[in-house]
Amino acid sequence: MAPQSTGSHPFRRRKRHIGERIAEFLIRLTASVSILMIFLILVFVLREAWGIVSYLSGSSPTAQTEVTVHKSNTDAPETYGDSQPDSYGEEPAPANEPESYNPDVQETITDTSGIVPTETSSSDEPESYNPDVTDYTATDAGTEKESEPLITKTLSQNIVGEVWQPISSEPKYGIMPLILGTAKTTFLAILIAAPLAILAAIYTAFFAPRRLREIMKPVIELLAGFPSVVVGFFCLMLVADFVQSTFGVEYRLNAIVGGIGLAIAIVPVIFTITEDSLMSVPKTYREASLALGATEWQTAFKVMLPAALPGVVAAVLLGVGRAFGETMIALMATGNAAVYSGSMLEPVRTLAATIGAEMGEVIWGSLHYNILFMLGVLLFLVSFTINALTEFFVKGMLAKKFQGEA
Amino acid sequence: MAKEQDHSKIHTKDFNFYYGDNRALHNISVEIPEHKVVAFIGPSGCGKSTFLRSMNRMNDVIDGTRTEGIIQINGIDIYDKTVDVVELRKLVGMVFQKHIPFPKSIYDNVAYGLYLGGKKPKSEVDDIVEQSLRRSALWEEVKDRLQDSAMSLSGGQQQRLCIARAVAVDPEVLLMDEPCSALDPISTAKIEELIGELKDTYTIIIVTHNMQQAARVSDYTGFFYMGNLVEFDKTRSIFTTPAKKETEDYITGRFG
Amino acid sequence: MATLRHSGTTRSELNKKLFGYFAVGITVIGGFVVFGTALFMLLHFLVKGLPHISWEFLSQAPRNNNTEGGIFPAIYGTTFLVLTMALLGVPVGTATALYLTEYAKQNSFFAKSVRFAVNTLAGVPSIVFGLFGVGFFVQFVGGGLDGLIGKGGSSAVFGHPALIWASATLSVLTLPVVIVSVEEALRAVPRELREASLALGATKWQTIWKIVLPNSLTGILTGSILAVGRGAGEVAPIIFVGAVYSLPELPTSVTDQFMHLGYHLFVLATQSPDVEAAAPQQYATTVVLLLLTFGLNFTATIIRSRIRKKRLA
Repeated sequence: MAPQSTGSHPFRRRKRHIGERIAEFLIRLTASVSILMIFLILVFVLREAWGIVSYLSGSSPTAQTEVTVHKSNTDAPETYGDSQPDSYGEEPAPANEPESYNPDVQETITDTSGIVPTETSSSDEPESYNPDVTDYTATDAGTEKESEPLITKTLSQNIVGEVWQPISSEPKYGIMPLILGTAKTTFLAILIAAPLAILAAIYTAFFAPRRLREIMKPVIELLAGFPSVVVGFFCLMLVADFVQSTFGVEYRLNAIVGGIGLAIAIVPVIFTITEDSLMSVPKTYREASLALGATEWQTAFKVMLPAALPGVVAAVLLGVGRAFGETMIALMATGNAAVYSGSMLEPVRTLAATIGAEMGEVIWGSLHYNILFMLGVLLFLVSFTINALTEFFVKGMLAKKFQGEA
Repeated sequence: MAKEQDHSKIHTKDFNFYYGDNRALHNISVEIPEHKVVAFIGPSGCGKSTFLRSMNRMNDVIDGTRTEGIIQINGIDIYDKTVDVVELRKLVGMVFQKHIPFPKSIYDNVAYGLYLGGKKPKSEVDDIVEQSLRRSALWEEVKDRLQDSAMSLSGGQQQRLCIARAVAVDPEVLLMDEPCSALDPISTAKIEELIGELKDTYTIIIVTHNMQQAARVSDYTGFFYMGNLVEFDKTRSIFTTPAKKETEDYITGRFG
Repeated sequence: MATLRHSGTTRSELNKKLFGYFAVGITVIGGFVVFGTALFMLLHFLVKGLPHISWEFLSQAPRNNNTEGGIFPAIYGTTFLVLTMALLGVPVGTATALYLTEYAKQNSFFAKSVRFAVNTLAGVPSIVFGLFGVGFFVQFVGGGLDGLIGKGGSSAVFGHPALIWASATLSVLTLPVVIVSVEEALRAVPRELREASLALGATKWQTIWKIVLPNSLTGILTGSILAVGRGAGEVAPIIFVGAVYSLPELPTSVTDQFMHLGYHLFVLATQSPDVEAAAPQQYATTVVLLLLTFGLNFTATIIRSRIRKKRLA
């Protein structure tokens, strides 16, 4: 090859590399989809909840105009039930008609208000897990007309009320029992799951024989793979019986069953993260502790666990977030009665389960629909806060703890 | 520093390199002559690899780095805004410390750079692949199994394949970053022999921590220490009559 | 060792020792309660459900108020759903992972925001995705499309709950799963390969297209399988975005509604008039759902552990 002349400047002219730029632009654009989605979720869930504002003014005339608007909407084709009569039939159908799964029909007829806390009619109705029990007191088109009088009480008062009874002659949208119910089940779930999962993580990380560990870990992690509807089914069939025979409770489905169900769902989450953070504590900590004459259990509880604390906190926080927003288990195992009481033995209804149970049947655009979206906004904000807390608080703790090491 | 009779290929003047706030290279000024083998030696972390990677702007891919001063190749500042990095790298090939071929066939490894510019006639590519493999003294060993995976080759063969791969795109300068540090002595000897043959065609810059290797293969040697180019001269002079105390200490094995 | 101790154990030493046993003991209990629950659930469903699985069950539609026949429409609907979901979500997830590994500057605000968004997305309750599906996909996107083609009202083509919107909703929900596992696979590609490619005069995109992506295909596959496994088990987000109790015929277009295994189980479990008669169907459906999700997860785990081994080698 002949020596190149010094004058050649093949790299001097900068090429445009248009394809390159398009590729980078598209990838950046796509990467922003995740951010966009967070915004869109907030914006669109808020948007559908926004209808409440027009009712919030409190003066009944405005509210009534709104209602009239929605009344006309009832006949609009986008109304869910009407356009899909075969699947979402709203009209009571004969119970023996095979393709009518419309459950409300079968049970509601006699048990229309079984869930209202002041009444006890649901006591003789042990299968009150049916999420639709309350909802269909008035599936017939009369709903909207009858809802007008309620507006005389201002909506904001109504919402912070203690009765959730969205479909009745006088709809009540008190979210306090829902919040209380969510708090009860979440609290129970964490109370059960956190100690168990953390202990199990300590056991597999430090005490379990190698072989046992290799079986236990994947099986426990398998638990995370159970779809929540399966866990809900499990609670419905077995846990409910177990709890009833153990505690001799009146209601087959109650806060405890729900709590256990949610605990099953979050145990693997807490376990995995705790185990990971226990294992990522530098080995030297353990060796140093053992060398100083500490026993294995002292090392595990007094050295390793505190060192892994940020991870454990993160694990529990994520567990809270998961239990808080879990829908199917809550829907199937809690009894779904919006009871405003502190008792753990009574049925409860969570925020997420309320949306899950009622959203499918609600008239789109109605006040009830708006309020369900408002519950969604609430769920989103809480989960967002929990996540942000984990992200900033716990990561900061971790960074401080193992500066330079992790 | 370089002797006047040699034609200068690469010229750097007060070149500084920063990783964030950390200055890794201090005012490097050097003339690298054409068609010679230049070795950079020095203890690890002294900046020799950083300098090497600055010459094909490989450091651009690392976040938070910046440069000052100039590096000219063929009289053009490669850090100038008008320079096309991709074209620059075709002109300045590189062989890495780890002999990692692409997980493709032997043939595809060598042909990789050829297809980057677009479709080329198969016969032309075949020719270049053969030429490059011959030039890197690998042809006889692999000519019957060009479609085998490059991973099936031995370490020394893989490194020669990496050289063939770099040679195939017809560069003018070949940068070698400790090309033999992961190889056994026999493979090392083959690569060193190869370097001697390649310098007729290319200007070769090799970074090594092995002083004997520098002495064996290079015409010029530069000694890096703490981010400074302490001394640069004909290899013979560096190893027999070093001008600086640090150089002498290093090559006599008193530190590093 | 024993000789170093006092021959007689003092009370406080005994207490300490007992406390040690107690401490280890409770971890053993914790471990076995959790392990036992997992094992019990798995075995319970397999034992009760497997005997009821037959070709008839897998290939026929439900009959007689869900007490006879099979669940074919639900299997079909679920498969259709998750495949559409993967088709929508995997490219987006892969591109996001590519951005994070190949393009993002470590400390850039945008990169941090993307990471935060991905983590946040992973924590949003699934029911909220359902609401999002209604508010955004069905009403805004679907309704908007109907507006564009001049349909609407009862002739709406897109503006109603449908498989495409359920798939889209699930693809957003499973996006973090895809991103995290593809990112792991991309990071497993040695830096040297990228540099070697760049040093030969390849552009960044050429390097990604010819070197990085081919070497992380299995990882992308893993991510997709994990996402599909996750998506197949999610019920809450799709209840009101297109899943239905029953269908007269199988969905043929993405704008149709569909039956879903998980939802079918929910319906069977909570709304069967005759609990006894429905039990075999319930358990058999559960087993099919479990086999589907676990089968997918298991496949992904195996592929993933192979990748990890390769990286360590």
